Amino acid sequence: MDINKLVYDRPDLGKFKVHRSSLVSQDIHDLELRRIFDRCWLYLGHESEIPNAGDYARRVVAERPLFFARDRGGELRVFHNTCPHRGALICRTDRGNARVFQCFYHAWSFNTSGELVGMPDIDGYGPDFDRAEIALRSPRYDSYRGFIFVCFDDETVPLPEYLAGAAEYLDLICDQSVDGMQVIPGSNRYSIKANWKLLGENSMDGYHAIPTHRTYFDYMSGQGAEMLGNRKGFGRALGNGHGVMENDAIYGRPIAMWHPCFGEEARPEIQRIKDDLIDRFGRTKALRMSEKSRNLLIFPNLIINDVMAVTIRVYQPAGPASMDVTAWEMAPAGESGNLLRRRLDSFLAFLGPGGFATPDDIEALESCQQGFRSGGVEWSDLSRGLTRSPRGNDELQMRSFWRRWQSLVADLPYVEQYEHGLTPGEIPEVAPSPEEASYAGD
Amino acid sequence: MASELTPPFPLPPVGQPATVESMLLQHEVEQLLYQEARILDDWNLDAWLTLYTTDARYVVPTTDLPDANPDTDLVFIDDDYQRMTGRVGRLKSRHAHREYPWSRTRRLISNVMVTEVDGDEIGATASVAVWRFRAGESAPYVGRYDVRMRRVDGQLKLCYKRAMLDQEALSDHGALSIIF
Repeated sequence: MDINKLVYDRPDLGKFKVHRSSLVSQDIHDLELRRIFDRCWLYLGHESEIPNAGDYARRVVAERPLFFARDRGGELRVFHNTCPHRGALICRTDRGNARVFQCFYHAWSFNTSGELVGMPDIDGYGPDFDRAEIALRSPRYDSYRGFIFVCFDDETVPLPEYLAGAAEYLDLICDQSVDGMQVIPGSNRYSIKANWKLLGENSMDGYHAIPTHRTYFDYMSGQGAEMLGNRKGFGRALGNGHGVMENDAIYGRPIAMWHPCFGEEARPEIQRIKDDLIDRFGRTKALRMSEKSRNLLIFPNLIINDVMAVTIRVYQPAGPASMDVTAWEMAPAGESGNLLRRRLDSFLAFLGPGGFATPDDIEALESCQQGFRSGGVEWSDLSRGLTRSPRGNDELQMRSFWRRWQSLVADLPYVEQYEHGLTPGEIPEVAPSPEEASYAGD
Repeated sequence: MASELTPPFPLPPVGQPATVESMLLQHEVEQLLYQEARILDDWNLDAWLTLYTTDARYVVPTTDLPDANPDTDLVFIDDDYQRMTGRVGRLKSRHAHREYPWSRTRRLISNVMVTEVDGDEIGATASVAVWRFRAGESAPYVGRYDVRMRRVDGQLKLCYKRAMLDQEALSDHGALSIIF
């Protein structure tokens, strides 16, 4: 298969297809690591995970062990997790607090800024040994409103430019609380035996919600939970392969749309949050923040869904047919009591490996991966909505991912391509369409 | 109730002499846990609900935070009785795709210890391995149960179960699609 022709993109014919070799081939997977994961900004973690000086957390990003820390001066630091001496992992616990990071192998010690501050028998290295040259190494890193990204390519554009239209969508989450948003303790760690790109598609696919998640909707109906809104929605390309599906929320939102399943006593509290948003941002933006759900993909492997709760989901490729997923939940800093309990409950009903929906997404993705092995079908279809104004349950946001993916993996020049002339700067006007089953899913 | 949420349960003092009473209670607690295991292995889900009091809580923390408080931390499962009933309804549906068709499971319960008798409530802890087989996959969920039980009309019932996984991640199964 020609690496330049893995995406069949013919809006003029109403056809958009992806060649299935891009989801099964080891060669293409290896190219992805070099041409996508070694070039793009990749999500590492959130600053709220390391609030205090000396706090640290470790991660594996695109097969590379890394860790991040807050140094004594309060600055964010990101390090390659390898001793500059002989290679051993420096950080060997998932999270904690340290004054120094000491390599257990030869006991070289580094402070929280990465400087070498101690080693046994330094005299053995001669009079010209310069400790300053031996600091822990850092990849490029930057943080956008607390979301920390790393990049292994010096040529890549700076993070704000890379985020393009996706930055506004991060703002819509961060601005939900004047105290900022934080990742709450506990993470979902699981693997899916499917190609990593399938989870990006699935996470902003409104079309699958009803057939795949019927048991969730049945459960909610059983609780007397009526769906809200007329379920208007749209998909948008946000530049650089990022995309979003934005829909009227179907049930309640902790910020800030009351729903009977939250209970009558929650009503004034949620109204107060909404009023505060209106005060701060005006009615139009406040209602968008509070009454719409957003499923956001930041290219290549980060999903932030602001739905029945806010979840961050990052997925690392582990070969062409497997991925490792980590997901977190976000809440306003300092949120507590009933507000936090409702948010947690809202999350668990749908999301996570023990929720009433996520296990079925995992099943769907693994089922696709198994189906690919059958052969007989070369292309997967992603043309839904190509010939109409993009609705929330169409596939524009997936096509924008795949266009960027094709250009990177084949090393082709990239030209932003916005269907229907919709650039990241404009919100599409979508007429209410009651007949449209455009549900916000995960 | 807050103490229920704070593991680990205190272990009984080592070397306590057994009494007939304590042996009977040990037997009763073991039988209840074995019964739950068999009922779940048989996918007799409606019967599973009858083992619990209607104010029960069933919690599975995430793999990275076994001490989580489900009121403030993210967990995998935090069910009250109504959500447990919903979970059963879902698993009985042929639209719970991760468990349609149902996996085969075998729960091995061991190391059962009664940890405390506190008024009406009895606390116990046990080690558990749940083997799950489906679609070519075979792997166990391994962990520990901390349970509390209470008598309702003379019958010992579970009023709290906290099932903690020893795995570092759900690498083999992807999800927690069964009742653990």
